[in-house]
Amino acid sequence: MFGYYLDLALRSLKRHRALTALMVLAIAVGIGASMTMLTVMHILSGDPVPTRSSTLFFPQVNPSPAPGERHAPFDMMDYRSATELWSAHRADRQALIASAALKLNAPGVNLPPLMAQTLSTTADFFPMFDVPFRYGDAWTAQDDAQRARVVVISDDLNNKLFGGADSVGRTLRLKGADVRIVGVLAPWRPSPLFYDVAGGRYAEGQTASFYSKPEDVFMPFNSGQDIVGHDYNVFTCWSTAQGSDLRTGPCVWVMLWVQLDSVAKVGAYRDFIAAYAQQQKALGRFVHADDTRMMSLLQWLDFNRAIPGDVRLQTWLAFAFLLICLFNTVGLLLAKFLRRSGEIGVRRALGASRGTVFAQCLVEAGVIGLLGGIGGWLLAMLGLWLVRRQPVEYADLVHLDVPMFLATFGLAIAASLLAGMLPALRASRITPALQLKTL
Amino acid sequence: MTVRPIVSALRKHKITAWLVILEIALTCAIVCNAVFLISQRLQAMAMPSGIAEQELLAIDVANLREEPDAKARVQEDLAALRAVPGVRQVSLAGLVPLAGSEFNTEVKLDPAQKTASLNAAMYTGENLLATLGTRLVAGRELQPEEFRYADEVSKAFAGGDAQEQGVPHTLVITQAMAEQLWPGQNPLGRQIYFRSVPIRVVGVVAHLARGSNLALGGDYSLVLPIRELVKEGNSFLIRTAPQDRARVMQAALAALKARNPHRVILASRNWEQIRAEFFQNDRAMAGLLVGICVALLLVTALGIFGLASFWVAQRRRTIGVRRALGATRGDILHYFQTENFLLASAGIVLGMVFAYGINLFLMHRYELPRLPLAYLPVGAALLWGIGQLAVLAPALRAAAVPPVVATRSV
Repeated sequence: MFGYYLDLALRSLKRHRALTALMVLAIAVGIGASMTMLTVMHILSGDPVPTRSSTLFFPQVNPSPAPGERHAPFDMMDYRSATELWSAHRADRQALIASAALKLNAPGVNLPPLMAQTLSTTADFFPMFDVPFRYGDAWTAQDDAQRARVVVISDDLNNKLFGGADSVGRTLRLKGADVRIVGVLAPWRPSPLFYDVAGGRYAEGQTASFYSKPEDVFMPFNSGQDIVGHDYNVFTCWSTAQGSDLRTGPCVWVMLWVQLDSVAKVGAYRDFIAAYAQQQKALGRFVHADDTRMMSLLQWLDFNRAIPGDVRLQTWLAFAFLLICLFNTVGLLLAKFLRRSGEIGVRRALGASRGTVFAQCLVEAGVIGLLGGIGGWLLAMLGLWLVRRQPVEYADLVHLDVPMFLATFGLAIAASLLAGMLPALRASRITPALQLKTL
Repeated sequence: MTVRPIVSALRKHKITAWLVILEIALTCAIVCNAVFLISQRLQAMAMPSGIAEQELLAIDVANLREEPDAKARVQEDLAALRAVPGVRQVSLAGLVPLAGSEFNTEVKLDPAQKTASLNAAMYTGENLLATLGTRLVAGRELQPEEFRYADEVSKAFAGGDAQEQGVPHTLVITQAMAEQLWPGQNPLGRQIYFRSVPIRVVGVVAHLARGSNLALGGDYSLVLPIRELVKEGNSFLIRTAPQDRARVMQAALAALKARNPHRVILASRNWEQIRAEFFQNDRAMAGLLVGICVALLLVTALGIFGLASFWVAQRRRTIGVRRALGATRGDILHYFQTENFLLASAGIVLGMVFAYGINLFLMHRYELPRLPLAYLPVGAALLWGIGQLAVLAPALRAAAVPPVVATRSV
């Protein structure tokens, strides 16, 4: 039966080529626009560490001594709180994070010095975030403790400096300090760059920078204190602190990420940071002891509204566009089916039930949807190409993966079936007697 | 042409008529809001910076190693730049307008104030205002004896002693900031507080755009008498004649490199580049919105065209009968045009309501201003025009139906 309907549909579509083209075009344009934006949304809202995002947490305390002025933890921690919480080793894994832009050159490589984004972190960072290695390996906890002058570099930097060769054992000069490469990462591009996300609620939707590439140089946190000194990127200060020591100053610039493998451990860690804040209040260092918070990774991304405002707006627009295209298709299908009232009347008189007429009309709508899906897929490829040419941090991430490719056709057929529903219903209600009389 | 027969004919095709009306309404609503968004972005991009953009160059430099006697080196650097032929003014600035990053500070009128009066971008650098070419509208420029070095200022602030010699006691602010702090009053001689340190306003400039964070008040800037040293985030600013910019930039880069080979030039740009970079997202978004508007109008026009064509084909006999009964070609043409006009009008009225609703949603979600009513007639005119254009070909075809059709059976 389906084959017969398909045949009828194709014949009917061929009879009015211009109209068919119009409907297919409307669906294709609507699907193309909405799939472009859905793909961008899909890529920007993905889980950056799918293997263990549910076990990653972001503890926060409020070290500000100004009573009453602000009553919510900062997005980062001061050095003392962060290192004290880290040293307690209460989590299954834990990583301190602080970033800085440093001048970098490679002795023996004929390239001008460059500014490199660096991350000072602790050894757990690599296993905790599933960071893949191409050559060598991460440093050890012992290197952390001994302030070893070792670094792990990104695949990008390895390609730029050493042409992609195994550079383990070679030396880099970071802001005047010599460091030895112990590991080279394989290409790694988490989306967003989750461990650096902070301050999203102050960004007014301009959050494209959350999707930038990972840092080029990773070094042990303590070695970083020696090498980077006061050049770390500071999130904010609660009182004027320029020039004073960053580690004792009133500034927040360190992040702590912890991995907690069970619900019980999560509860225990919450209690631990609450107790820490109480203890610090007793010591007179904290004022807001109840200001502790621990969100999971995905909650933290949500809290920071990681998806850029422009992308959200464009997605709304794309779906409004699809809606208009669907109205268009409904109108055209309605006109088309009702024009065939005579033919449908004859079929009904010959014994076709309402259901079969309805099914036949829907098959025709589905065929239009399939054709529109092909057009929509091509237009989405064009749309994504245009997005890739935009000067935004996430441009290189954007591509159509298999689920989104299938979703394109799914959405196209679903949309066209939805659009065909009303016209098909009307067509199936046609009274055969009336039509036969006018023939 | 009477409207009544058209309306009663449309009643026979309620669903189809409503579909056209809804499509026009949605298109109208989205196009009105999109045009408004475009105008918002264009307005942002045209924002005045208050500086002589055509004459300015910025060079961002970082030294590879700590320099001994950095203060004297800066003066030598500036002298070397001043010696480049064609250079009119030079400065080492802590922040440049529209550069994409800034150092900002909360301003209080009373040190005991709980929340700050406003947040302003903080400009520093010797000879900065003369180099930028801002227009002084009241008071005076900052005097050389008022200037302090940045590191001394930091130390003094950290010490917390307001009376200390290292802290600057004067500043220049923008007109917009003065108006916000002291509406309708003379700002000269008034004090603002940085934490607990009082600083007196000695001059007011017409405009000076921020380095970023335009949403906090694009023209809230203040200039402190602080001398900068060469470090990341600071830029050498050079003022020259517009036509000399390329040549002066090359010579200036060579002069800076020659003075110190252990130096990284992080960026060297003029304000056309800085503006293009700063507003690149706005430009891309405006372009996208224009594309969406055009595509929407096109799709709507095609939809109207398709439906009108079908209606004409469906009513061939009726048209023939009317023609046979004495209706002219013009009557038939006008019939379809009026029909389309009525549908478009209904759609536009509904569209205005939708447009308002979408705007409310955007105001809530994206803190956009209210849609000015002037956009609504623009959207209406656009859709009436599109509708008439789309219906013209089918209507002409209808008008061409010969009366003899009435006498034929199907």
